[in-house]
Amino acid sequence: MTILLGILEEGLIYAIMALGVYITYKILDFPDLSVDGTFPLGAALTAGLIVKGIPPAAALPLSFLAGAIAGCITGLIHVKCRVRDLFSGIIVMTALYSVNLRIAGMRANLPFLSQDTIFDNEWTRNQVPDPIKPYILVLILAAITIICKLLLDWYLGTRSGYLLQAAGDNDTLVTSLAMDKGLVKVIGLSIANGFAALAGGILAQKQAFFDISIGTGTMVFGLASVILGTQLFKRFSMVRTTTAVIAGAILYKACVAFVISIRIVKATDLKLITAAILLLILVISDSLKRKGAHPHVGA
Amino acid sequence: MLELKNINKYYNAGTVNEMCLFRDFNLKIGEGEFVSVVGSNGSGKTTLLNLICGSIPLDSGTILIGRENITKMPEYKRQRRIGRVYQNPAMGTCPNMTILENMALADTKGKSFNLLPGTNKARIDFYRDQLKTLGLGLEDKLQVKVGVLSGGQRQAMALLMSTMTPIEFLILDEHTAALDPKTAETIMELTDKIVQAKHLTTIMVTHNLRFAVEYGNRLLMMHQGETVMDKKAEEKAATRIVDILAMFNEISIECGN
Repeated sequence: MTILLGILEEGLIYAIMALGVYITYKILDFPDLSVDGTFPLGAALTAGLIVKGIPPAAALPLSFLAGAIAGCITGLIHVKCRVRDLFSGIIVMTALYSVNLRIAGMRANLPFLSQDTIFDNEWTRNQVPDPIKPYILVLILAAITIICKLLLDWYLGTRSGYLLQAAGDNDTLVTSLAMDKGLVKVIGLSIANGFAALAGGILAQKQAFFDISIGTGTMVFGLASVILGTQLFKRFSMVRTTTAVIAGAILYKACVAFVISIRIVKATDLKLITAAILLLILVISDSLKRKGAHPHVGA
Repeated sequence: MLELKNINKYYNAGTVNEMCLFRDFNLKIGEGEFVSVVGSNGSGKTTLLNLICGSIPLDSGTILIGRENITKMPEYKRQRRIGRVYQNPAMGTCPNMTILENMALADTKGKSFNLLPGTNKARIDFYRDQLKTLGLGLEDKLQVKVGVLSGGQRQAMALLMSTMTPIEFLILDEHTAALDPKTAETIMELTDKIVQAKHLTTIMVTHNLRFAVEYGNRLLMMHQGETVMDKKAEEKAATRIVDILAMFNEISIECGN
């Protein structure tokens, strides 16, 4: 039961980040590595703010904003300086490493165990009835993740969201619509990295702890969730892609947890497992694609 | 009115491969003209369109729309007044979005891409009527993704989408070249219908000499960055395919083919 809760908790947190990766990877077709920097950026900022006495709930929108600014920078580097998409992400990701250390007060980790968080506060300690207490973390996380998903669904249905989808689908059309395709990409990257930083902030609050290595492999997790989710639910047109991505994140977390639980595998092998499972997912989804490719789609 | 004045365009300037495409090129296209542009490969037809649309920069010269100088205006801003259909049917639509979503996107051109709903439900009947004019039955497939449509269907949609909002110019870049003869014919008839109905000033680049002769009210032949034939109104109406072919042969002999 505890294992299952742990999977759900972490899965739900990473699902928020995966929603961001869905925007960049799936919608914009932009391999954005900056999430490896913006995820810990959100964690560092949240930790820093909470230590300074800012209410934990207020730290989260600020983390989103910080991530959005970083994503905006990635976009501007790509659009204005004409740097390749992959490089723009790497540049921002690397730069953020130092920025994150600074935000955390020149240190690689910043615990705030004695401070209140959105999961551990007056309300959760005293108001929540005892039988619900073990599940309160999952319930709060599910609520946040669902709100994020609904917001993203709503946005993708707006005129601006349509344009974002068009930018990934056929950016010539964006120009034909008399809009600046560069600007559209910048907006998409901002939202995506906002989600990544928000997820980082939430993870930091759950652990009551910031660690600089928290971001390593974020992109891998995000990609795996998006690909796993979209592949699994491809046949169910009723399921929205955002829902599929969230399910993908939880499933992926479950896969990793399962492999880790095998006795010969050590917890230190985590990133190796994470990467290996992504590879497996990529290979399988590619072979599935070869089988059922429609001649016109993506032509 | 569209006016190109003293246009110079070089490729690979400053290298041994330097190639001058346009030297002191001038062209005036009047309100309501439907210009067919023909010419051999490399004669500068597509470059001409790209210069007008701002897809590529020019080395010197001026481009005017009406009295406004648009030489320095970025491509996307020019598109506010221009509709463009490409040779590749995939360029004019979004394959992963539905027919309805594509129509809604095209309908929003010129308005703000803000946080209002992407598809205005009150406009759906209008989109249906528009699609009905294509005669392809697309009005009953609003929820179908454009990516599964055939090239001809997609090109018809691209044509419809690029002319849905008020524009001053329609640019057709070999827009029937990738289609089978029957579909090309349909798309060409459709183009003419739309151009007539909306009184659009049109520039059509084509390799199909019959289309060039049958449609439009002005015919240009380009060769090495110059217009070697420019027939208007009655003169154009009297032009036969054989006349153009004769001119083509003359040009080719010059080139030593």
